[in-house]
Amino acid sequence: MTLHIPTTEAQACAIVKSVIDSTTPLSITGGNTRAGLGRPTQTQSTLSSAGLTGITLYEPAEMVIGARAGTPLAEVQKTLADRGQMLPFEPMDHRALLGTQGEPTIGAVAAGNISGPRRINAGAARDSLIGIRLVNGRGEAIKSGGRVMKNVTGLDLVKLVAGSHGTLGFLTEVIFRVLPAPERIVTLVWRGLSDEAAVALLCTALGSPYEPFAAAHLPAGIGAEQPRTLLRLENFSDSIDYRSRELIALLAAHGVPDMIEGEASAGLWLDVRDARFFAGTEEAVWRLSVAPTDGPKATAAIAARVPGARWFYDWGGGLVWLAVPAGEDAAASAVRTAIRPLGGHATLVRAPVAIRAAVPVFEPLPEPLMRVTAGIKTSFDPAGIFEPGRMYAGV
Amino acid sequence: MSAIAFPIPDQSILARREEIVAGLGRLVAPDALITAEDERRPYETDALTAYRRLPMAVVLPSTTEEVAAVLKFCGEQGVPVVPRGAGTSLAGGAIPQEDAVVIGVSKMSRILQIDYANRTAKVQAGVTNLAVTGEVSVEGFFYAPDPSSQLACSIGGNIGMNSGGAHCLKYGVTTNNVLGVTMVMLDGSIVEIGGAHLDSAGYDVLGLINGSEGQLGIITEATVRILRAAEGARPVLFGFPTSEQAGAAVAAIIGAGIIPVAMEFMDKPAIEICEAFAHAGYPMDVEALLIIEVEGSDIEMDAQLARIVTIAREHGVKTVKESKSAMEAAAIWKGRKSAFGATGRIADYICMDGTIPTGQLPYVLRRMDEIVKGYGLRVANVFHAGDGNLHPLILYNCNDPVEAQKAEDAGMDILKLCVEVGGCLTGEHGVGIEKRDLMSFQFNPEDLHQQMRVRAVFDQSWLLNPAKVFPLEGRVAA
Repeated sequence: MTLHIPTTEAQACAIVKSVIDSTTPLSITGGNTRAGLGRPTQTQSTLSSAGLTGITLYEPAEMVIGARAGTPLAEVQKTLADRGQMLPFEPMDHRALLGTQGEPTIGAVAAGNISGPRRINAGAARDSLIGIRLVNGRGEAIKSGGRVMKNVTGLDLVKLVAGSHGTLGFLTEVIFRVLPAPERIVTLVWRGLSDEAAVALLCTALGSPYEPFAAAHLPAGIGAEQPRTLLRLENFSDSIDYRSRELIALLAAHGVPDMIEGEASAGLWLDVRDARFFAGTEEAVWRLSVAPTDGPKATAAIAARVPGARWFYDWGGGLVWLAVPAGEDAAASAVRTAIRPLGGHATLVRAPVAIRAAVPVFEPLPEPLMRVTAGIKTSFDPAGIFEPGRMYAGV
Repeated sequence: MSAIAFPIPDQSILARREEIVAGLGRLVAPDALITAEDERRPYETDALTAYRRLPMAVVLPSTTEEVAAVLKFCGEQGVPVVPRGAGTSLAGGAIPQEDAVVIGVSKMSRILQIDYANRTAKVQAGVTNLAVTGEVSVEGFFYAPDPSSQLACSIGGNIGMNSGGAHCLKYGVTTNNVLGVTMVMLDGSIVEIGGAHLDSAGYDVLGLINGSEGQLGIITEATVRILRAAEGARPVLFGFPTSEQAGAAVAAIIGAGIIPVAMEFMDKPAIEICEAFAHAGYPMDVEALLIIEVEGSDIEMDAQLARIVTIAREHGVKTVKESKSAMEAAAIWKGRKSAFGATGRIADYICMDGTIPTGQLPYVLRRMDEIVKGYGLRVANVFHAGDGNLHPLILYNCNDPVEAQKAEDAGMDILKLCVEVGGCLTGEHGVGIEKRDLMSFQFNPEDLHQQMRVRAVFDQSWLLNPAKVFPLEGRVAA
């Protein structure tokens, strides 16, 4: 096993060029906290972004930050917080769920399109990612996008690379759009609602003018005995007073919520963001993306076939975090069968290596899209050296 | 003007015109095929009217299946295809060529499904941008991207160009508001990408399609995000003695943690032109005008405006004028949104579209003025100040070929300036034919080749909107 740690983009290009002929596959890593995502790959060498660090651009008044790919996410967040700003999409930290150590990097946030609860309002990591530099499978350094948030110059390769899990290239630098951090954050907590009632509440709130920034439901047994339904408001303090009052009135049929702030609110959302309710267990963990009102339908269909399944909802019901007994196949067929009539997709986020090797980790794609996917992979990485098979067999 | 080259028409295709037209006739209803010269004439250009090419035939299908049949036929026959929405492209994205078939989606203009609980609308590609908001406004919802041409432009065209608008500072551009599409590929296969759920299963092909300018396939349906409108919205006029002060105020507002829903900038020539047309009550004794829109409840808008006014005063604002009624608010926006049309009443103009880092604004404004004066012309500036998206309007007389060429040259110099200061060639209009030959100014060969290799995954033989986006020389297929 060879570990390459380039300290410049030019070195990264040279390393990639040196392995093209031998088609030695490369693992791509940042802080290695998400190494268990995707299908297991067979590689002899690792290309790490650990040597590419540092913030390269920060203009608070232009709401833009750029950093080399290996820069710790925490450093980016601290730099932003010092100027009262933040990444808009609240990236998840996978360490608790996957039981990993190390420092998550900003490059991995881009490569994995890693978002959190705020995604329902502010968009995903891919919506805030406005520029990249990466080394493709020919050993060429290429750029796409840039430092301005409005840019439709040529094909948007930024989006393709976001969420490609290292299979298209080695990111060397990423540029994100940022936002001001809110003056005040509060969470409204309703108790005792069924999944259906909770999702109806969340949909009503998200369709109101009061702009919840996060909307989750924790059924009974997820972190507490009683079901909890959460809406998070972020704004100037006087707006929070007004909007929470209006929301409570609008949703009066669902009962009267508690209002929590500060540590209590922040801690609860960290649990949701990082799926900590499933940390440290032997269960396999899935992440389902469906239309919000389909969330309870998907879980009901799965519960009927998988004894012991547990779940909670984010994104107003549209993101289902599901834990199932790992068994032989992590209940893959039950999960996929439940999703198929609804539309949407399921990703196996945590499971033993043998299961991730045996069942599709990412949602299988219908034929025209699978062909396009394979073609895109080849267009970036003709020799197939980056993370071969990480997302789909043969890609 | 004639500076932009078109590919030389393929004589072997022109020679087969009758056969090709007959083939198309077997695939679609008679009223969906336009062959007579005078009826093809309306399709020879778009909103970049200085360039015209009469297409070989125009097809206006009514269903996704018809689009698939036509595209498959054209692909097999090796006939170039130019997709067309409403034909409002300012970059020439829908201008045909003589050996091409235009496939227009204007007959596919139905809204298929509205789902308020999940906040989505499923529409056909020919639906106009404003029709989506029109359909859902009864329930207090809207579709966020709002290009100035929103009355006419289509959702399919918006996706092709990843269109923006005045309100994308807060709500994002098209790519941030489209959840799924039905697309027909060149071989006639129909592919569903995304849907009512968030994010993609594999590679973000949906993100790639947004802004791909009709070069990957033809969009026939889309699922878009609809949003609940704020309780109220109020545009306010801020007049500044200098552009520098206006630019500094914009930076300070963002720096204070305030993201207004829109921040629009107009310079003195633009103020004069728009006021003469819209009678919006714009102040005439200032060098720069900001239209800042806040939204929320009355109390929230009062509070946010108070913060903004304080900052504006610290930056020397001369006039602050709040809209006192819905009619005044509408007049303020009418002035801004009709800037292009109003300019057209006093002179011919080219509307440029580039983006710059907002910190470069004072320098860029000064340089643009120098550039245009250097050609002996005038420029009026309107732009989206929050995100640095410039729309300089270069005024000229289109009956004077020398002046027309100067206007085009000045425009190209301005776009190069945008790139030089760290921005890009186009913020929301797209590349089309207009900026195609500047692509190699912004991108090096490796960047462009990577884009072209991705493009080739969808269209190996350069049949889809072939004269656009990429320089005609040095094209790669795979």
